[in-house]
Amino acid sequence: MIDEDFIKSLLEKHSYLLQRETVDWFTVECAPENLVSFVQSVRDNEGFELLVDLTAIDHDEGAECRFSTVIHLYSLIHRGYLRIHSICSDNDKPSMPSVSSIYPAANWHERETFDMFGIRFTDHPNLKRILMWDEYPYFPLRKDFPLAGIDTPLPADDVVEVTQASVEPAPMMGGPFVSSSAGPMSDSEPRAKDESWTEKKEKPL
Amino acid sequence: MSTTTKEISIGDIGAKGADAAVNLDGDKMALNVGPSHPTTHGVLRLIMELNGDLIEKCEPVLGYLHRGDEKIAENMTYNQFVPYTDRLDYLAPLANNVAYALTVEKLTNIEIPPRCQAIRVLVCEMARVSSHLLGMGVFGMDAGAWTPFMYTFTEREKLYTLFEELTGARFTTSYTRIGGVARDIPEGWLGRVEKFVDQLPKAIGEVEKLLTRNRIFLDRTEGIGEITKEDALAYGLTGPNLRACGIDLDLRKDKPYSGYEQYDFDVPIGTRGDCYDRYLVRIEEVLQSIRIIKQVIKDFPTGAWYAEDAKKIFAPPKEKVLTSMEELIQNFMIVTEGPQIPAGEVYFEAENPKGALGFYIVSKGGGVPYRMKIRAPSFCNLSILEKLAPGHFLSDITVILGSLDFVMGECDR
Repeated sequence: MIDEDFIKSLLEKHSYLLQRETVDWFTVECAPENLVSFVQSVRDNEGFELLVDLTAIDHDEGAECRFSTVIHLYSLIHRGYLRIHSICSDNDKPSMPSVSSIYPAANWHERETFDMFGIRFTDHPNLKRILMWDEYPYFPLRKDFPLAGIDTPLPADDVVEVTQASVEPAPMMGGPFVSSSAGPMSDSEPRAKDESWTEKKEKPL
Repeated sequence: MSTTTKEISIGDIGAKGADAAVNLDGDKMALNVGPSHPTTHGVLRLIMELNGDLIEKCEPVLGYLHRGDEKIAENMTYNQFVPYTDRLDYLAPLANNVAYALTVEKLTNIEIPPRCQAIRVLVCEMARVSSHLLGMGVFGMDAGAWTPFMYTFTEREKLYTLFEELTGARFTTSYTRIGGVARDIPEGWLGRVEKFVDQLPKAIGEVEKLLTRNRIFLDRTEGIGEITKEDALAYGLTGPNLRACGIDLDLRKDKPYSGYEQYDFDVPIGTRGDCYDRYLVRIEEVLQSIRIIKQVIKDFPTGAWYAEDAKKIFAPPKEKVLTSMEELIQNFMIVTEGPQIPAGEVYFEAENPKGALGFYIVSKGGGVPYRMKIRAPSFCNLSILEKLAPGHFLSDITVILGSLDFVMGECDR
């Protein structure tokens, strides 16, 4: 079990950590420069052998620190989770040290996070897109990326040559109904949202 | 709104795949498998470098089924996302529904009544049986044995009839809601489930007779695709694939949720971590699921099947909505503005048939999540392929893929 004693000793051993209040698991905030050594230490000394998840959060444009990454580790000894938040310092060119040398499982998770948020993981062995195609120009899970998608060239040159086709935004007029987490409560009411960026609004980015 | 149809011809993907592996000298060959190939169980693509029949390099290419589920989740209320969870691991939609509901409920402090918990455990285990039945049948087929698939698919069909009776849908069940389930179990349904699980071991026995001591099957699976304990942990494997390597990690035991601690069951563990062990672990898990299902049915709790005191989260019963003002307003608020979930962050993993399905939700309060990450077990389980495949023969790749039992809908999200 991850109990008070364990938390206390871990925080003492790593004085640079900040504890965060959460409803579920023990959560710490770790500065990017200490991340690799901290993760290495909890894996080797505290028995957190399994990296179950690595992802990022976009705190929206205008936030002081826009991107942060979240790592979830699981320990077979403690039978519990440890959550590590790390905040990217640069909003325009976010980056984070890679932990894939410690946990090979992080390799694909970091590629996905790069693919979706554009966070560069330094020292990653193979940092390229994993879900979108290699030439894709945007980072879809950023908050400023529209739900419908953006008109994008098709990655197959031979097809484009014949058809002049491109990847088009999803038609959003008349549904699906969309709710928004920002703004007043009444805004979360599901409604048709035109995000095709063709008629009413200019294409973003 | 007018729609236009465009015809797009796709070039020879196979030839392009072969082009992707560059700088090969005369002895080696590049082989592209997929994205649409029976072996890949969906739309997975593998680019391999072969030396004769020996795989020297294997690069999985994903994303062909990427639908942006996480982006979609940020743009709809919590209950609206339930149908999308069906389409993650579409071979066990009920288990996904339950995992998702449990995650969101962790952010709130509502108490789920015992009857609802029992229903959820029951459907989770039925989903596990259904998923493993398909997994084993298809695995047999990958190894060249057609007949077991017929047995497992017949049983799975019976399960789907039961699902249909419970949820109204055979495949995309969308059964849970935040704070409860969509509807109570139908009358006499438990008896029919019991009848089904009573006759299931016989069918499993048939499959075992056809596969477990089958010389050809053993030759094709024993010692193939061996994963060490260290590798399994390093690559973040979970579920039957991890347990087949000899690691005792089952979240139903370690971190019991939804009342799993009341039920008595064993967690099968493999020894070698090869394809054969993964098959054996799944067979045993089906039998253990039957044990759980029988215990759930034996002491099925009575009472409410949803959280009655969660007025801002679970919609009231329909008959009350149509007769009482307060319930009408409550229903309207939940439908339009979503269940009101407090701010905070939560990560929860459930032991799904394919492994640990995790949801990480960041809420800023209100009815829509700010960020939702889906930790898909198939995604993590597949990441070991780059390390696992080299050193095997090309003919082994079908067996290895079959034994990993992944679903691309969940992997690509």
